[in-house]
Amino acid sequence: MSGVAAIAEGVASGAAPAAGVARETGERLRHSAGLNATLHWSQGLLDRDAARIDRLPIEERKALPLAGVPVAIKDNIVTTDEPTTCGSRILEGYVSPFDATVVAHLKAAGAIISCKTNLDEFAMGSSTEHSAWGRVKHPLDQARVPGGSSGGSAALVAAGVVPAALGSETGGSVRQPASFCGVVGVKPSYGRVSRFGLVAFGSSLDQVSVFGRTVDDAARVLAVISGQDRNDATSAAQPAVSLEPARKDLKGLTFGIPREYMPADLDAGVRAGIDLTVKAIKDLGGTVKDVTLPHTRFAVPCYYIVAPAEAAANLARYDGVRYGQRRIGSEGDVRALYRATRGQGFGAEVRRRILIGTYVLSSGYYDAYYRKAQQVRALLADDFRRVFDAGVDLLLTPTTPTPAFKAGEKTEDPVAMYLADIFTCSLNLAALPAMSLPIGRSGGLPVGAQLVAPMFAEARMLSVAAALEAALDASREVR
Amino acid sequence: MSWETVIGLEVHVQLLTHSKMFCGCSTRFGSEPNTQVCPVCLGLPGALPVPNAHAIELATRAALALGCKVQETSVFARKNYFYPDLPKGYQISQFDQPLAVRGSMEIESPERGRIAIGVTRLHVEEDAGKSLHDRLPGKTAIDLNRAGTPLAEIVSEPDLRSPAEARAYLTRLKQLLLYCQVSDCNMEEGSLRVDANNSTRRLGDTRLGTKTEVKNMNSFANVERALTVERDRQIRLVEGGGRVEQVTMLFNAGSGEVRPMRSKEESHDYRYFPDPDLPPLVLTRLWIEQQHAALPEMPDARRDRFMTVLGLPAYDAGVLSAERPIADYYEAVVAEGAEPKAAANWVMTEVLRGYNDTGEFAVSPQWLAGLLEAVRDGTVSNQAAKQVYVARAGRGSLSVTVEMRGTGKVSEVSPRQLAAKLGLIQVGDADALGSWVDEVIAANPKEVGRYKAGETKLLGFFQGQVMKKSAGKADPKKVGALLAERLGSKK
Repeated sequence: MSGVAAIAEGVASGAAPAAGVARETGERLRHSAGLNATLHWSQGLLDRDAARIDRLPIEERKALPLAGVPVAIKDNIVTTDEPTTCGSRILEGYVSPFDATVVAHLKAAGAIISCKTNLDEFAMGSSTEHSAWGRVKHPLDQARVPGGSSGGSAALVAAGVVPAALGSETGGSVRQPASFCGVVGVKPSYGRVSRFGLVAFGSSLDQVSVFGRTVDDAARVLAVISGQDRNDATSAAQPAVSLEPARKDLKGLTFGIPREYMPADLDAGVRAGIDLTVKAIKDLGGTVKDVTLPHTRFAVPCYYIVAPAEAAANLARYDGVRYGQRRIGSEGDVRALYRATRGQGFGAEVRRRILIGTYVLSSGYYDAYYRKAQQVRALLADDFRRVFDAGVDLLLTPTTPTPAFKAGEKTEDPVAMYLADIFTCSLNLAALPAMSLPIGRSGGLPVGAQLVAPMFAEARMLSVAAALEAALDASREVR
Repeated sequence: MSWETVIGLEVHVQLLTHSKMFCGCSTRFGSEPNTQVCPVCLGLPGALPVPNAHAIELATRAALALGCKVQETSVFARKNYFYPDLPKGYQISQFDQPLAVRGSMEIESPERGRIAIGVTRLHVEEDAGKSLHDRLPGKTAIDLNRAGTPLAEIVSEPDLRSPAEARAYLTRLKQLLLYCQVSDCNMEEGSLRVDANNSTRRLGDTRLGTKTEVKNMNSFANVERALTVERDRQIRLVEGGGRVEQVTMLFNAGSGEVRPMRSKEESHDYRYFPDPDLPPLVLTRLWIEQQHAALPEMPDARRDRFMTVLGLPAYDAGVLSAERPIADYYEAVVAEGAEPKAAANWVMTEVLRGYNDTGEFAVSPQWLAGLLEAVRDGTVSNQAAKQVYVARAGRGSLSVTVEMRGTGKVSEVSPRQLAAKLGLIQVGDADALGSWVDEVIAANPKEVGRYKAGETKLLGFFQGQVMKKSAGKADPKKVGALLAERLGSKK
């Protein structure tokens, strides 16, 4: 399959019309059905949208940055053409009356919404095993998980079904599966991309994020979906991310490696991957130095207070009153309706997080948990600010402590599952842009490196990532 | 044993915006259910709130009018509870960082005279929808037109000491809010709602007793009634050695009773926390100062000015400054050149009579000033002027427009033109007056005799007869002089 730029060029010129792209995308979606990565799609919609692009005059097609490019959308981003279930029974059959801002941007740029992808229910999970519609399988080893919660989008890009896909991040839900699946995953700065139409999980952490087969694929989609949105009061007064060519070298750039992200028990393959990346940076003329982010160990506990607290409130609207699935309950009163609808509509992990979130906000516990977590969050953000202020341009860390784990391995141990986000969730707390770049394989499984940039420095991060992408062979074993 | 009642009020007022607090839906009252809704106020998945700048401006204006300190940074918070007419499962409100704090308002207490009542805070929030229990048999229907309507909640200090003071506070609050055009304060449409906290303590105690909250009062008179019932209930209870329980009471206007709401098993824990969808609301000092400078002159200041600058008596100044539209109208009449006291007399009588009926002013200030000028220069009598006014103001009256000859243009008929059309131009001509006077003297020989015998107060009777004969057109001063002369000359 071609990349984003090549598809758009072929469609624009008419050399390879969108109709063909749509047909081939449909074939690939059918062939990859075993991954269980897709929740809703139809050949009819693909063909309809492709025909719409092909009918445009050539000058108009040429003005579309994503003409005919099939993009998969995580099923917690609302679309009018297909249902949005968030991987939950409680929203079974729900069709949004409006498109998310990011979807509207994609359509306006000529992209074809290829399908809605499977996810951990309401984006809560790190393995895409917590979907009401079954787990997503890793494209390279079906016994393993693709990561999560955007596992469906990651698996489709890794399997070559689409060149790019949208996911969402609250604590690493794009970078972690990108690392597991060997694709590029980019989380923009908080506020860079509109959240309007992204079904809220942890509103102060959530960002629509992008998967690409390559850095360029991801960057082109990010450039289209970013920019200020008046429908999102938290969206930043920043322009769209600009597209910059890959750097020829990394001269004059300083990379910091936070020692807290290189623990003694780090997986040997992951460590070898980082070592290779360091060598590549130095070969390209960059400087690498050891830095410290002293509050790192508080990131996961802080995250698991802030995110569930916000989630408990955000998920209160699923009450069976206005939309979605309603269960009456045996007593027949409104409390019974809530109990039955929510008790049966939500899966175990979602219920667990609602309970945690309700608890940490309760009277008498607020100061000890939620307020304290907000203070810790400020300290974590300060750690990063200090390092960047001291002359570090980008941070380099592993994206995950291990390559993809086996399905079922962590489902009985929530805390072990939560630790899969140990290197990623701090960036959601600090609101910084970060991405995962495939750097090699360990035992056949992809390994990813994480790059972290200062606020709104996505363009710099992507141009550096493109240079490293060119220098590294991600299909090679790291040891 | 002497007891003291302590009352604090929480008042919700709907802010006079066209659109809702966090979306563009209309706030119009009385539309078909669920026709003024969108993904945001329905709480659909993925929808996000965006604050209404006009609502913030109105709430700021109200806060400043109540003497509050408007905070440069305030924070929207989620108040979490489940209710079928609360679409998101939380209400966006403000909690520990409200828009404004520490105000004060002067009221006229029936018992204590002029006193200051503290305003604890003013914050903005969105309204919930409405549950309708009588629309569908056996079911509850939900109308979300109201969901998301902007409200200001104004919380008083527990400074009120009687139900009558509570009523005086509300009357004053409504006056101020209407004056600065923040809310229409229409209780029937729910744009002003009152919750009252009441407690009882021994006179002289400084600690507050346990409070009850009374809700569901649909008029200021009912607030006073309900609080009187609740006050008496609490006093009876404590005098009998009982204790007041912290409960929420509902007032039933029909029976005049106050009854506890069905008790809830669990007490509410609203789990307030800052709404992560909304950044802190930051207002600059300069903007707040501009809002302050743009406040209209408040009723007390206006009353004082009417007295000192326009020379009105205190009563007139009070009546004319009480409501802003009336005060504005009155000032416009004066600005058109009318003599202030004459204008006051007219506005307080003829004009207010119509305004209180219709809520509208029947004639323009300019027109009324023209009529007063015609009285002043003797063209019409004051009495005839009232007929001219009624003819102009009354519905279905004589045509009030005249065609400008030949132009086809229509313009408003002037007071003088209308007076002429009605035949009410004052007659000062000595011949005409003389013949009316002679006719009246000839027709009432008995009264003439009594007058001549010294009963001089009958002059008024003769004057009245002449005015009647002239259909109000006679110049009363000249008639008086003529009567005195002719009755006297025949002596």
